[in-house]
Amino acid sequence: MFYRLSGVHHANYVSDSRIFKVPADRNLAIFVFLFGLAAPFLLPSLYLNSYMLPWLIWTAAALGLNLVTGWAGQLHLGYAAVMAVGAYSAIHAARFGVPWEFALIIGGLASSVIGSLFAFAALRVKGLYLALTTLAMQFVMDWVLTHSPAISGGSHASLQSPTLALLGQDITSDTGYYYVAFGWCVLVTIFMLNLKRTGLGRALVAVREKDFAAAILGVNSFYYKILAFAASSFIAGVSGALLVATFFFLAAPEQFSVAVSIQVLAMVIVGGLGSIIGSYLGVALILLVPGLVNGIFAGGSQSLGMQINVETLAHIPNAVYGALIVIILLIEPLGLGKLYGNIRDYLMVWPFDQLRK
Amino acid sequence: MDWIFLSELAINGALTGLLYSLFAIGLVLIYKASSVPNLAQGGLTMVGAYVVLALSHDAGLPLWLAIPLAAVIMFGLGFGIERVALRRLAGRPVVMILMMTLGLDIFLRGTTLAIWGGTSRSMELGVSYEPLFLGDIFVSRIHLVGAGVAIGLFVAFMLFFRSRTGIKLRAIADDYMASWSVGISVERGVGLSWALASVVAVAAGVIWGEIQGVDQALSLLLLKGLTVAVLGGLDSILGAVVAGIILGIIENVGSDFLDPLVGGGSRELIVAAVLILTVMIRPHGLFGRHDIERV
Repeated sequence: MFYRLSGVHHANYVSDSRIFKVPADRNLAIFVFLFGLAAPFLLPSLYLNSYMLPWLIWTAAALGLNLVTGWAGQLHLGYAAVMAVGAYSAIHAARFGVPWEFALIIGGLASSVIGSLFAFAALRVKGLYLALTTLAMQFVMDWVLTHSPAISGGSHASLQSPTLALLGQDITSDTGYYYVAFGWCVLVTIFMLNLKRTGLGRALVAVREKDFAAAILGVNSFYYKILAFAASSFIAGVSGALLVATFFFLAAPEQFSVAVSIQVLAMVIVGGLGSIIGSYLGVALILLVPGLVNGIFAGGSQSLGMQINVETLAHIPNAVYGALIVIILLIEPLGLGKLYGNIRDYLMVWPFDQLRK
Repeated sequence: MDWIFLSELAINGALTGLLYSLFAIGLVLIYKASSVPNLAQGGLTMVGAYVVLALSHDAGLPLWLAIPLAAVIMFGLGFGIERVALRRLAGRPVVMILMMTLGLDIFLRGTTLAIWGGTSRSMELGVSYEPLFLGDIFVSRIHLVGAGVAIGLFVAFMLFFRSRTGIKLRAIADDYMASWSVGISVERGVGLSWALASVVAVAAGVIWGEIQGVDQALSLLLLKGLTVAVLGGLDSILGAVVAGIILGIIENVGSDFLDPLVGGGSRELIVAAVLILTVMIRPHGLFGRHDIERV
């Protein structure tokens, strides 16, 4: 009854290349999906809007970065800049009167074009030098955003997002925003789950492992690198646009600064490179835990009667955020996804695990 | 063309550039010994400046005592960071090491600000703000002092790399497997390079703290420091000094021409452009070794 591998036999290739090879995994995924679907009826709207919704959108964004960093192995420190391109083009398109469905696609495509520019750096250098180049590109993009009022929306550098409307329905309720975010996140997750079953995913992994070995196998690494950057940028663009349309409601350059790029990379690496469940966990950890710890500090100091400086309290989340990255990398450099995998593998064969030793 | 104005821009640019070198020397020291790109150098610089402030202003020590004491504390901190955080990641892919230093940077910044608060404070080194005129050219005194410190540190490190310990560090930089097999403690050497970089961070923190005040902005030097380090070649201290001067001049003269065209703030743009062009055209920099991995 505990031994969840019992009765699992893969007798043909189709069954062996399923997304979930073990029924227990599939059942868990279905359960999580149903929970996500029912969340608006289970959770108070404060939690729904300030925790669940950013979590889902950032997860979609992190999965996009995971595509290029985890699957294709290319370091990317300018991801927030690519998100900014998508957000600004989608909102400008929507303000111009384009229906939101097309505005989102326009945002994604604009991001793809700009994001592919980042790929040209990847064609020339890799590793550390690629990270530095993308970092410099992020600074260039920040500069362009803050110095061109035509893009960032006048002297206050903020751009109001028009009311979101999909399929002819105005979306204004918390539940509506949540379902938009949920739908996008599910879509990206399904895409990423299928990626490793396709030739594209395997080609990306080949490029990551050794680019000239991939070339010998007949994988054109230049082509696949650009493809990886373009696909991940599309996801980034739509995520950025949705983030502004359903969460911030107002686009400002600081929402896509270099610190945000570092934050998304932290989500991906803390979650685990190339791990989908890891991206969910990593985003939750990086996004939600610092605020939680801050609440504990504030509550704890009040109940103990200690006075903590307001400034100290304001900076504790940052310190916790940095410490989380360091601690997770020390405990398990492969991230939370690997930790989850270890536990899953242990439970998978429990109580018969001693048989393998 | 006003040549005096241009040379004033160039000289002040070169002096500022030497201050970037001060920062970049720390990056180079660590990269040389362990091939770790230390993105936490900005955080270390900030911590260095705040420790000096804590010793001099809060504890009341005179500056000539506070700065060496801070250097000793930071020496220990650098050693500790390498021991606790970086050693266990040795041999891991560069993305994890990069993330570790970024995490350290965020952690150091957050902790420093949580302890000492985020309001900008002044270093009060006692260097006068009287303008200094060399002929017709106006030069800032504090920049001159800082440039002197940068040159002094450069000479000191050149001499240090001729000593017994320095030669060990050079051997580690060259080939750590070979160093291991002849009995050099690679771990201690790498730890030492972190400790020295933290001491350099104190120097950079004090000078930059005097110039722009001690606050979170100190860690924003990272992009400029990185650009200088990459332009000079990530493993060459001489390169860091020369590249600092070059970048300083390009930035100061270039922004004077570009600012009226783009409406100000073109310094960041120039620095980012120099970084991108360096990596695209000559990834190993001016003086670096040629074994940078290309695609």
